[in-house]
Amino acid sequence: MVKVKIDGFETEVPEGTSILNAARQIGGDLVPPAMCYYTKLKGSGGKCRTCMVRVAQSSEKDQRPMPKLVASCSTPVQDGMVVENITNPAVLEARKAVVEFLLINHPLDCPICDQAGECDLQNLAFEHGTSKTRYEEERRTYDKIDIGPNIQLHMDRCILCYRCVYTADQLTDKRVHGVLNRGDASEIGTYIQNSIENDFSGNVIDVCPVGALTDKTFRFKSRVWFLNPFDAYRNCPTCSGKVVVWKFGEAIYRVTGRKDQYGEVEEFICNTCRFEKKAPEDWTIEGPRAIDRHSVISQNHYEGFGDLKI
Amino acid sequence: MSRKLLLEHAEVPGIETYAVYRKQGGYRAVEKALKALTPENVLDEVKISGLRGRGGAGFPTGMKWSFLAKPEGTPRYLLCNADESEPGTFKDRLLMERLPHLLIEGMILSAYALGCRTAYIYIRGEYKWIIKILERAIAEAYANGWLGERILGADFSFDLHVTPGAGAYICGEETALIESLEGKRGNPRLKPPFPAVSGLWGCPTLVNNVESLCAVVPIVNDGGEAFAAIGVGRSTGTKLISACGNINKPGVYEIELGLPVEEFIYSDEYCGGIKNGKRLKAVVPGGSSVPILPADLILKTAAGEDRLLSYESLADGGFVSGSMLGSGGFIVYDEDQCMVRNTWNFSRFYHHESCGQCSPCREGTGWLEKVLHRLEHGHGRMHDIDLLVDISKKIEGNTICPLGDAAAWPVASAVRHFRDEFEWHVLEPQLSQQRNFGLAMEAVAV
Ligand SMILES: Cc1cc2nc3c(=O)[nH]c(=O)nc-3n(C[C@H](O)[C@H](O)[C@H](O)COP(=O)(O)O)c2cc1C
Ligand code: SF4
Ligand code: FES
Repeated sequence: MVKVKIDGFETEVPEGTSILNAARQIGGDLVPPAMCYYTKLKGSGGKCRTCMVRVAQSSEKDQRPMPKLVASCSTPVQDGMVVENITNPAVLEARKAVVEFLLINHPLDCPICDQAGECDLQNLAFEHGTSKTRYEEERRTYDKIDIGPNIQLHMDRCILCYRCVYTADQLTDKRVHGVLNRGDASEIGTYIQNSIENDFSGNVIDVCPVGALTDKTFRFKSRVWFLNPFDAYRNCPTCSGKVVVWKFGEAIYRVTGRKDQYGEVEEFICNTCRFEKKAPEDWTIEGPRAIDRHSVISQNHYEGFGDLKI
Repeated sequence: MSRKLLLEHAEVPGIETYAVYRKQGGYRAVEKALKALTPENVLDEVKISGLRGRGGAGFPTGMKWSFLAKPEGTPRYLLCNADESEPGTFKDRLLMERLPHLLIEGMILSAYALGCRTAYIYIRGEYKWIIKILERAIAEAYANGWLGERILGADFSFDLHVTPGAGAYICGEETALIESLEGKRGNPRLKPPFPAVSGLWGCPTLVNNVESLCAVVPIVNDGGEAFAAIGVGRSTGTKLISACGNINKPGVYEIELGLPVEEFIYSDEYCGGIKNGKRLKAVVPGGSSVPILPADLILKTAAGEDRLLSYESLADGGFVSGSMLGSGGFIVYDEDQCMVRNTWNFSRFYHHESCGQCSPCREGTGWLEKVLHRLEHGHGRMHDIDLLVDISKKIEGNTICPLGDAAAWPVASAVRHFRDEFEWHVLEPQLSQQRNFGLAMEAVAV
């Protein structure tokens, strides 16, 4: 175990833990936002640069600060490390810059985007962005692409976090889903619009932090905050069958994995559960899904109703 | 006259063939090392020589070599970085075209010192004809027993391969190079782990520039001390400078580190002065990635001392009034050149070459280019100039690999030293399309 101090809070974590995960262990405001890192995906992280922090002291032995800001998701803690996140204005400044970079080519089409309300980029921009843009040039655009019958890729919105690439890569043994081209012309591609032939391909939708990969069985059906999320399960031969069903009245509008407070699913679910099981009798409801109080979705949220003092 | 350690025989007809190279004393260093020196001896000579990486960063080669992890039973790889794609840099090209056997000899010595069984030369794809030259030379070296099993009967076997890249500048970054060699997309890796611990196929790997590896040959032949005796301070030995731009004699020159910049530009031995009798306006001393300096600051430091071609002297003044030796791509601009256009041109390059992995570089390089395009074409506004500085500041230091910095520095330094010219493009959009700043200002003065 090693000791690390983040924004003045100390915690102890196993050796090799990233700064980000140490911060998550402490919890609260000092947890850096992460747009590309995903615990379940090997090799993910380091790309978006939203999670950058300053290391004020490298370790007990080497008390020097690190010369540059580091990506907290891919920097392991060392014993006696001192980290500054929200207590350091330079970190917040750099994060603001990253948000600006992520937004200059983003279409900002939240009003017509299915992800709105549960979008990591929206939340990030809300907390760290500015209300004005300094970018005057044309934004890059792409054609929408169907990846198989159930998934649509809307590349305009993509922030190139590579999460879907790692998901596809780690679920299938063929390299069918990857990044084509270079620089700001990069695009996610399944080689010439192939579908990913795998029972778990639908998980690319859940890992996508923005509205670039969406569920075609749910597109434009409803805003997420009009739906009531419930934990539910079924006896599924392919996956654990533990999902969240999003209901409007009795009707199930969509099925997703169970995401934790950092937007990461507890378990990947299969395509049958996600795309085909939409009848109420398919599912046994466990109870309402806990959703972060700050999320817009929580306006239809039940948890804590009992504690409400009126 | 500078001593020549690498290019001594470059002009000898047929030097690219084994027979001629051998007759000029080639492979003597390998004989010496394999017969009389242990690998540690070779490493020590390189340390004593003070040789610093010639690929751009200038990291001491001996120290880098000593960092190579040596776990039991795991192969170690030596990679030669011949991706040379930095605008203004074309020294490795000459070395490989004229002296392929010098590189092979340097690599045998380095591999011997490091205990590598296999090495690859990763060469930029556009150097098609050089790939053939190298392959021919490697075949000759095999045929004459300098490569392969038990070289010279010693307990040392070594195989050397050439692998071409596919035309991406980013594959010159050492971890992107390794990814590309493994057959993947050339995206730089996150560090740590560093290649010295986990590089090619997860094995300890050492990446060195062509010129760094070639320099090992004279170091072994004449000893590290002889090499260290050349140069100034911690800039030891000779360095190839590829000079281009508005000079009378563009070309690759081997200089002793510490040569005054003024002598390099104006002496007939080197650049031979500015072309057409014009005046010097600016110099990019180390390839497009390093800060540009105006004439007064390239000839003298801010403190008034002569600027020398050495790591320390060129960096004197930091980023306020200094630059870097970089890869030795020396680009000279005369009074007729437009700094806005040049900056835009550089930023086009970085925009095109960013791998697109990390957000500040992917988005920032494109943004810089677009704003510079606007300024250059007469559609800029005053606040665009500060916007450029701000964008470059926000890329710098926040990216996975140094390409982001390399894209930011030229822009920041151009605005720092030539702000009046940027402003003039805003104030006189029409005139700035037709004339360059210097000439237009002279017309006003007259
Ligand atoms: C974007 C980028 C491009 C690079 N291109 C080259 C190159 O073409 N040739 C080279 O030798 N080093 C290049 N480098 C530097 C290498 O990463 C590495 O530092 C060098 O090969 C180490 O060799 P040295 O120690 O002998 O200089 C590049 C670095 C970056 C960040
Ligand atoms: S700085 Fe640019 S080239 Fe380097 S990893 Fe990031 S996007 Fe790729
Ligand atoms: S989450 Fe760490 S860089 Fe993206």
